[in-house]
Amino acid sequence: MDLDFTSEQEMLRDSAAKFFSKECPFDRVKEIEETEEGYSSELWQKVVELGWTGLIFPEEYGGYDGTFLDLIIIQEEIGKSVFLSPFFSTVIQCGLIILEGGTEDQKKDLLGQIVEGSLIMALAHYEEEGSYHIASVNMAAELKGDQYVLNGTKMFVMDANICNKLIVVAKAGDDGLSLFLVDADDPGLTITKIPTIGRDNSCEVIFKDVKVSKENVIGSPGNGLEVLEKMYAKATIAKAAEMVGGCKVCIDITGDYAKQREQYGKPIGGYQAIQHYMANMLLAYDTSSNYLYRVACMVDEGEDFGAEASSLKACVNENFKFVSERAVQIHGGIGTTREADIALFYRRAHPYKSMCGDTAYHYEKVAEKLLTEGSISY
Amino acid sequence: MDFKLTEEQLALKKEFDDFFREEMKNAPEVYQNEGPAEACYASDEGWEFHQYMKKKLAKKGWLTMAWPKEYGGREAPVIEQLIFNESHAYYRAPGIDGFGVGMFAPSLMLYANDEQKKRLLTPIARGEVQYCQGWSEPNAGSDLASLRTAAIKEGDHYIVNGQKTWTTGAHRADHMFLLARTDPSQKRSRGLSVFNIDMSLPGVEVRPIQYMNGAPIYNEVFFTDVKVPATELIGDENDGWKQTRDTMNFERSGAGSFAAIRRRLEELIEYVKTTKRDGKFLSEDPLVRQKLARLYTDMESGRALAYKIAWLQEKGNLIFSPAAASESKVFSSELGQRMADLAIDIMGPYGHVEHSKWSPLGGSMIDTYQSSIGYNICAGSNEIQRNIIAWVGVGLPRFK
Repeated sequence: MDLDFTSEQEMLRDSAAKFFSKECPFDRVKEIEETEEGYSSELWQKVVELGWTGLIFPEEYGGYDGTFLDLIIIQEEIGKSVFLSPFFSTVIQCGLIILEGGTEDQKKDLLGQIVEGSLIMALAHYEEEGSYHIASVNMAAELKGDQYVLNGTKMFVMDANICNKLIVVAKAGDDGLSLFLVDADDPGLTITKIPTIGRDNSCEVIFKDVKVSKENVIGSPGNGLEVLEKMYAKATIAKAAEMVGGCKVCIDITGDYAKQREQYGKPIGGYQAIQHYMANMLLAYDTSSNYLYRVACMVDEGEDFGAEASSLKACVNENFKFVSERAVQIHGGIGTTREADIALFYRRAHPYKSMCGDTAYHYEKVAEKLLTEGSISY
Repeated sequence: MDFKLTEEQLALKKEFDDFFREEMKNAPEVYQNEGPAEACYASDEGWEFHQYMKKKLAKKGWLTMAWPKEYGGREAPVIEQLIFNESHAYYRAPGIDGFGVGMFAPSLMLYANDEQKKRLLTPIARGEVQYCQGWSEPNAGSDLASLRTAAIKEGDHYIVNGQKTWTTGAHRADHMFLLARTDPSQKRSRGLSVFNIDMSLPGVEVRPIQYMNGAPIYNEVFFTDVKVPATELIGDENDGWKQTRDTMNFERSGAGSFAAIRRRLEELIEYVKTTKRDGKFLSEDPLVRQKLARLYTDMESGRALAYKIAWLQEKGNLIFSPAAASESKVFSSELGQRMADLAIDIMGPYGHVEHSKWSPLGGSMIDTYQSSIGYNICAGSNEIQRNIIAWVGVGLPRFK
């Protein structure tokens, strides 16, 4: 057992923290989130130069062969700074799909472009019903001649408004769930940004007779479910890491505020009402963060982590929401304004709960494993 | 970073698990149906099994594995203590007098004279005695330093007068470590001293307090002109407060609490899989499934925190640990309460049935529902713990 980060990992965290505090302070985040693009291409290029877009990919595809825990560290720092970028959609969601399910040529071509920052991608999965279930897909890919034709609507497609290519999940006849690569400038696409409080570049994407050639199927038809399950298990942990980072900053900012803000001639942080809120917040963070590292280590150690990823996300969903909400409460009136830094987190805690599945969705996955196995392995 | 146990640690874990699994087959039923304090202190058969296990653990060297080598321990690394504590708690085994082995003995090692060390440590290490803790008083609970029980020196004795309360297991104990005021002119934490009290001395009277589940666990202890030889004063006179605050590097992550909850959760899972209501197994009810999953999630996140605390303790990092140990205490005690509440909810009207032919899981959950709330209050109430977390963990100011 060794529950410390390596010195390289400490350096990775430090450099990420320094980069964000210099290049992307909260005032900059507030500017970026009001733009149509919802991200800064200039900052994105700097992130590419730092090598983060290649962190989790093997060297043969231009990556740096980092560990999953390395990614978790970056994700925590992204969460702390509310860095708005296509990192999650492009590197984590689409990158992992290609890595898990793509052909050798697709990996070389697409992952190479992701690493060098020339390709932004979006995953078109969820539909109008708003189900989180991976297999809950109605969109059909009809085979006409040697081409598939896509029709229908995808919802909450993150970064579709800024992407070059989409990965579209659709049912290909008897083959079942399949993954299709579609150019964002296809004339059959209508992309509209959805106004969400998280300013997360969620989009509606309408497909009208969009044609996809067979070589633009990721891997082979019918591999969609397996590839998506693998990707989501990891992406779920990565999203949880962002939220754990958010918890930490909420506590830091609020702790500082409670030490400075005086009422009745004393700092409010000395009053037990505030102290007990903050004790609960710290407890929520310390349980969440240590659980995060344990589950992330399971990925690196090659253990079966699917149910633990779900358990972690459910835990962090509730804790980040709780922490961000108490943080605003302790700030009082000032915390409820658009300009307040703390409100950036409150507006994200709830949308992040739904990303990669909400609490009830993940609890059901945990229950399924518990009730199947009976005893809990230790 | 990795969470894997070494080969040696895995072997140790197996040794502990095998031992407790076997031994607990002979345990009286109370160890299945009741909380650990009830099982130990309430019934005679439970108490006798506790004595039996003490001797067994002492013989194996496990009772004092955390002790320094010069006192016969083996200074087991914190992680090994954690593995032991998890196994011990999971199998609901008794046999550890936490007051003697875990609290008073370390104090003796630091403050007692050589004669006292020789006389008092050996029986503790051999599992031959039972201690109780003489701290809380009717008007000194969370505010312990306001205690009033007095020990006034007269020649080569101290005369003790006053009252202690909530004294766990006092009705079974041979000795008490008593915190009393030796200098009544001094206030609060000054003027206090620690004594080793023989519970059979004239003037010591133990009156059991019946806990809400009916079990005699806690007691009131009255002292009326009790003549305590001056040789029983531990350390310097009026230096007692410091002794209550010093602890050794014994595992205090709370990992055992989560292991105990894991066992109860496994039993609850078995219950919902085998119990039908309205024509369906309870395990098919989406609400039941959600609740069980939440319990698991909370338990695992708490356990991850406990491991981190043990790791920091092992590395000698005492800056993080004080707040984190409070966090683990708050979280595990309240989780125990939530677990029992959830379990008896799931059991419907049967949830409230005490141990009998009608009670699911031997009535263990309704017993826990009552005993668990006590853990939110004892050993530093969760309110006091939250103050500590805020002061030490968040760095918030402490008003005087």
